[in-house]
Amino acid sequence: MKQTEIRDNVLRILGNIAPEVDLSTVDPDANIREQLDIDSMDLLNFVVAIDHELRVPIPEIDYRRLTTLNGCVDYLSARLAS
Amino acid sequence: MPILGADMQAGTLVEWHKQPGDVVHRGDIIADVETDKAVVEVEVFMDGVIEELLVKPGQQVPVGTPLAIIREEGKLTGPPTQSAPQHAAPQATSAVSPSMAAQPHRRREPSAGIGQRVSPAARRLANELGVDIANLVGTGPEGRIQLEDVRKASTATPAAPPPDRAVRMRQAIAAAMTRSSRDIPHFHLQQTIDMSRALAWLGAENERRPVADRLLYGVLLIKATAVALNDVPELNAVWAEDHVALNPEVHVGVAIALRGGGLVAPALHNANKRSLSELMRDLRDLVQRARAGSLRASEMSDPTITVTNLGELGAEAAFGIIFPPQVALVGFGRINERPWVADGQVVVRPILVATLSADHRVADGHRGSVFLAAIDRILQEPHRL
Repeated sequence: MKQTEIRDNVLRILGNIAPEVDLSTVDPDANIREQLDIDSMDLLNFVVAIDHELRVPIPEIDYRRLTTLNGCVDYLSARLAS
Repeated sequence: MPILGADMQAGTLVEWHKQPGDVVHRGDIIADVETDKAVVEVEVFMDGVIEELLVKPGQQVPVGTPLAIIREEGKLTGPPTQSAPQHAAPQATSAVSPSMAAQPHRRREPSAGIGQRVSPAARRLANELGVDIANLVGTGPEGRIQLEDVRKASTATPAAPPPDRAVRMRQAIAAAMTRSSRDIPHFHLQQTIDMSRALAWLGAENERRPVADRLLYGVLLIKATAVALNDVPELNAVWAEDHVALNPEVHVGVAIALRGGGLVAPALHNANKRSLSELMRDLRDLVQRARAGSLRASEMSDPTITVTNLGELGAEAAFGIIFPPQVALVGFGRINERPWVADGQVVVRPILVATLSADHRVADGHRGSVFLAAIDRILQEPHRL
């Protein structure tokens, strides 16, 4: 899967979690939880959706690598390539 | 008009499903009523015939107002009398007229048609935009209605009046908190808790679970609070004018912040008896439905104690205001790594500040301290939860 596809998937899933947010305004290098007001339940729902839709189970220890949009894309790219 | 929470003072009758002369049976839905937070169905708990409808659609009436007269077989049932003072409602559901109770119901405006599949996000957006999902045709898999379908419909729909639910919810919260602060003599205690054992146990536990079954540490806090009430049951009670009336069951109200502002604290029923997995599943469901505006009547009216967890992005401690008629609120702040003395050594530990806001009419500092110490003790043995 290309990085653009991964990014689109991540944004779509985030859009379902935070539907009121205009995702075009998301800074890809800023803390995504703060930008989207994502709490621990939202984060879990995000990880569950990634597991369900992209078949990438993310261990809790890797949550810190999901801090930014670019971080998510890089992490998932690496996991999908391996 | 049933009471669905201490902050509810009135409700609006949306629609009657029965008319005078109609036969009704126990469990039938006879009306929809709207509160500041949701639309709920009103169910009857008797067999009989509708004698008279006392409230018209669109009419707002105070909590406790009889809505209808139902004639039981062989006799006339007069207008039900209010069985508890408004707003005090130590047992909220008893304030509902004797023949009626509220029934779970999703918000009506964006009601999905029979068999329609709707994503939670689409439902939420439809709520916000005032789009009636029943009129939509989904373009997702198996006809599922998705965000895009709602967005398209909203642009094709004449602009609806601006939603005022957020404003009304803020007004309801303001009224309830002002009354609580005025009427309940609060006292506050705090306890710092070393969370290293709980988090280590949780990490190991989650490692062996499928992603969808993982637990959040907030669930441990809810369960620990519920179990700690065994030690100090008077914090799971109401103040009944001149004495403490214990609640026989523990229903933990969980404070949930709503996107766009506002707060609800629906109940996790019998939290002291539920497994962590059950509580986690129920909490996920509760949060999702709270944010979709589709809580059940019993969830809104049943909490016997409230837990507010500020979570990872919150402040270090929360000193809350009690939700009447409850007598206690437990607050948990953000877990921070802090210096901690263990076995004479200064070490770094994940530290949580737990606070108790309690009603001084039912408990005192000593009993409150016992309660917080019990929460601490329970969290040191997470495998027992």
